[in-house]
Amino acid sequence: MGTSVFYFVATLSIIFSLMVIFSKNPIHSVLYLILTFFTFTVHYVLLNAQFLAVVNFIVYMGAIMVLFLFVLMLLNLNKENEPNKSNLLKIVGVIAGGCLVVTLMGALKAVNIDSPLVLVDKDLGLVERLGKELFGKFMLPFELSSILLLSAMVGAVLLTKKEEKTNG
Amino acid sequence: MDNLTQTMQAVPLEHYIWLCAIIFTIGVVGVLTRRNAIVIFMSVELMLNAVNLLLTAFSVHHNDPSGQVFVFFIMALAAAEVAIGLSIIVMVYRNTQSIDINVLNRLKW
Repeated sequence: MGTSVFYFVATLSIIFSLMVIFSKNPIHSVLYLILTFFTFTVHYVLLNAQFLAVVNFIVYMGAIMVLFLFVLMLLNLNKENEPNKSNLLKIVGVIAGGCLVVTLMGALKAVNIDSPLVLVDKDLGLVERLGKELFGKFMLPFELSSILLLSAMVGAVLLTKKEEKTNG
Repeated sequence: MDNLTQTMQAVPLEHYIWLCAIIFTIGVVGVLTRRNAIVIFMSVELMLNAVNLLLTAFSVHHNDPSGQVFVFFIMALAAAEVAIGLSIIVMVYRNTQSIDINVLNRLKW
């Protein structure tokens, strides 16, 4: 078995993320995005980051994807009125992306890291260890993120509220 | 589980960086080539996820749980960002009857 699990899942995540941006129908994009997030969950399990795997599964594949699907359903889009860029712009975009990946690879070649990933501490990504970290060193950011979520909720409700006719 | 993570030790860190760079680039290409606002938003999510995976890989590499706590915060932020962004898209759709981003060109020079 060896490391082939990683390479198999990595190939799958690249294929699915390509399908996200190249499929014509937005619903298919969302479904491929769910599959991509599932492969990311597998990556977290392989890294023994079990807490993050569960959070990724619940938050991304559960909450965020349901939100995307609901908005797509509410907007009632179909393939006929799907906007498309001209082919020239698409080719230019792909070339720009290729330039970016070449730049990143070149920078990586210059740094030259070839040490294998070694899991020194078995319970690094477990809930107990992360909880101690989260409620010790990162107490203040944790509390601030609750304010962030509250303001996001209020903002979302305020933005999507139907504007009433102003009467004075 | 123990067995699986044992075998992972042979994967070089470089390959994680390659994978995340490729997924990030796919996200960038998606933002550049699509005009549907929701698909652009999904590409942004892809980029966020690539960065999350890289942070986790480096956190395992350095044996430091702070990186994974940071990923947790990014996930909380992504949830807030998705809620706000989708409500903005709904508002745009209500005003223009389309989610084509080329309709929103009033700030274009």
